[in-house]
Amino acid sequence: MNDATLHYMPGAGFRGRSKEVLDNPALRKSFRGAMDFLMQKRAAQFPDPARLEALRRQGEAIRKYSLSRLPDLLEQLEANLKQNGVQLHWAENPEQAQGIISEIMLRAEADLIVKGKSMVSEEIELNHALEARGIAALESDMGEYIVQLAGERPSHIIMPAIHKTKEEIARLFAEKVPGVDYTDSVDELIQIGRRVLREKFRATKVGLSGVNFAVAETGTLCLVENEGNGRMCTTVPEVHIAVTGIEKVVEKLEHVPPLLALLTRSATGQAVTTYFNWITGPRRPGELDGPKEVHLVLVDNGRTQAYARPDFRATLQCIRCGACMNHCPVYTRIGGLAYGTTYPGPIGKIISPHMLGLKGTSDLVTASSLCGACGEVCPVKIPIPELLIDLRARSQAGGADPYALHLAGEGEGRKPLVALSFKLWSRLYRSPALYRLFAFLATRFRALTPSSQGAWTRSRTPLVPARKSLHERVKERRSR
Amino acid sequence: MPLTPGKRPATVYFFGTCLVDLFDPEAGISAMDILERQGIRVVFPDAQSCCGQPAYTSGYPAEALAVAEQQVRLFVEDWPIVVPSGSCAGMMKHHWSRLFGPDHPLAAQVQAISGRIYEFTEFLVKVLNVQLEDRGQPARVVLHTSCSARREMGVHLTSRALLAQLAQVEVVQQAREAECCGFGGTFSVRHPELSAAMAADKAEALTDSGAQQLVSADCGCLANINGTLAKSGAALQGQHIASFLKSRLEPQA
Ligand code: SF4
Repeated sequence: MNDATLHYMPGAGFRGRSKEVLDNPALRKSFRGAMDFLMQKRAAQFPDPARLEALRRQGEAIRKYSLSRLPDLLEQLEANLKQNGVQLHWAENPEQAQGIISEIMLRAEADLIVKGKSMVSEEIELNHALEARGIAALESDMGEYIVQLAGERPSHIIMPAIHKTKEEIARLFAEKVPGVDYTDSVDELIQIGRRVLREKFRATKVGLSGVNFAVAETGTLCLVENEGNGRMCTTVPEVHIAVTGIEKVVEKLEHVPPLLALLTRSATGQAVTTYFNWITGPRRPGELDGPKEVHLVLVDNGRTQAYARPDFRATLQCIRCGACMNHCPVYTRIGGLAYGTTYPGPIGKIISPHMLGLKGTSDLVTASSLCGACGEVCPVKIPIPELLIDLRARSQAGGADPYALHLAGEGEGRKPLVALSFKLWSRLYRSPALYRLFAFLATRFRALTPSSQGAWTRSRTPLVPARKSLHERVKERRSR
Repeated sequence: MPLTPGKRPATVYFFGTCLVDLFDPEAGISAMDILERQGIRVVFPDAQSCCGQPAYTSGYPAEALAVAEQQVRLFVEDWPIVVPSGSCAGMMKHHWSRLFGPDHPLAAQVQAISGRIYEFTEFLVKVLNVQLEDRGQPARVVLHTSCSARREMGVHLTSRALLAQLAQVEVVQQAREAECCGFGGTFSVRHPELSAAMAADKAEALTDSGAQQLVSADCGCLANINGTLAKSGAALQGQHIASFLKSRLEPQA
């Protein structure tokens, strides 16, 4: 991955952006409220901890099994898609994926694509790329539509416009949608959006969607949604393009229900979504509706890097439910845009380094107190804190490198001063004699402890050693 | 060997942790006193220093390992190891095996030690099954548990169980009890604004609880929360649960 792929909102700049949000109490309050709501909805769906744990274990096992057979399953998927008349395309990077999709658009002689919600299309920056080729992309998911109107990026993988207040959306609609007066009634706003979008469905030749699960044994694409726009995008236009990551494959149909149960409950606190689409190919002879062509674009974009390293493979278990961000004390305080990556929050911190390299993401992997809230709620039990620790190690790795398989940007986050202080720390704390001397000096000269201790004392009083260390007091105690 | 419940060991190791050693030795002494009052012999290996957590979580596994190796060698006898900090106990119990890896010459010892690690309140409740007699004045107390202590060791339950034995102590509940205080080791200085925002929210929730006293079984959180409370001029200050318990067991003037 080169720096050119980092051209929009790279993970660098995270500190400045997060500080801006931290200094905005109204925004913080609104994030907090939204996340509290999502957390409560999820909790209500999982009243029994034992059953939740059993389901999570099942979900984890299915995802682990699928990944363990990933190459085989992708082959099987390819064969069955072909059987179903679905055209499969492989894209190694965002540029290839953009090229493939524009090709299809060109052949269909279409200059407009209507999109259902797809985070992978964000990841490959599809809208920008198409725009550059003179093709318009219209988001049909309500949240995505709002974000697109505002010229922004999704701030949450499930709720793209969660950072916007009702009033902001009302102003946006009045400003940007022709013939619309200001209203902050949520129902009316939704109706306005629907009206605009329904018109477009009829007029467009190509629809795009994401994929939640791709079933290898049947060549079925599963799509979870609540608004019906996904179904419109995949059935009304003549051409349907589905785009997703290579890790979304599962072997059997029977693997879908447990993952679905975990996904909808964890994401929006719904037992099931309003729509669940099983897509098995284009319109067959004698069928009255459905697209004439169905394409699936499978995107790698750094996923094989995570796949190839046993310690990072769990990253790909993710089913993109967003629960980790809803429960994250950092995400809750700064929202998704501050991260600057397509995927924000804990999942963003562990997947972005594989997509963008560790260089531009080194501030993201350290921006966690490792509290473990994410790992605790993850429906497929991804050990997110442990992955963060390992990514930190890779980001800091310097000199003789013990790892056989490098990650892109490995060692780029290394700060010589930090590295040196841990060297000294290690020297001190592994030698009892040195440590005794250090503790003696620190306690005896406690009056000299600096009252300004860098970042620590900006919001806290200084840390001052005790008069005597525990070691010393234990010794005194013995001689008593 | 993990102890069978109810079986009292005659002797335990005490691992004080680096923060207690330098910043809150009183907590260590209190914990040792309480254990001894229960008739347990407490052995404090003099060559101990730190579990290695600061370097491990900051991405310096080699530096962490060098320190952790020194500690592993100290625990030669088959005694339980009591640690007055949930996050250090979690490091020793759960993360050492990852840090050392299966091929390390000390791997077998690390494995064996893992089963003998007890966080202080966990040991009092689950192994010693203590019954505390409260001799203090009425007090309203709020409990904060560190995230790793909660998630890896269940310390919130054992701490709560101990506080519940104190007849004169009323435990009040803070908002968002399980949310992180923002310490996170080097996170607190690497991302100071984020950490400060989390700490400020925590300090506010604790103050709003109406408690007169804050107790916690983790020195890292206490340093962060106490520093934040003091800087904001709040009267509330936290105390290690060992020191608090000890003060309750002594007749008060
Ligand atoms: S990492 Fe886990 S919790 Fe986060 S989005 Fe993925 S599946 Fe959901």
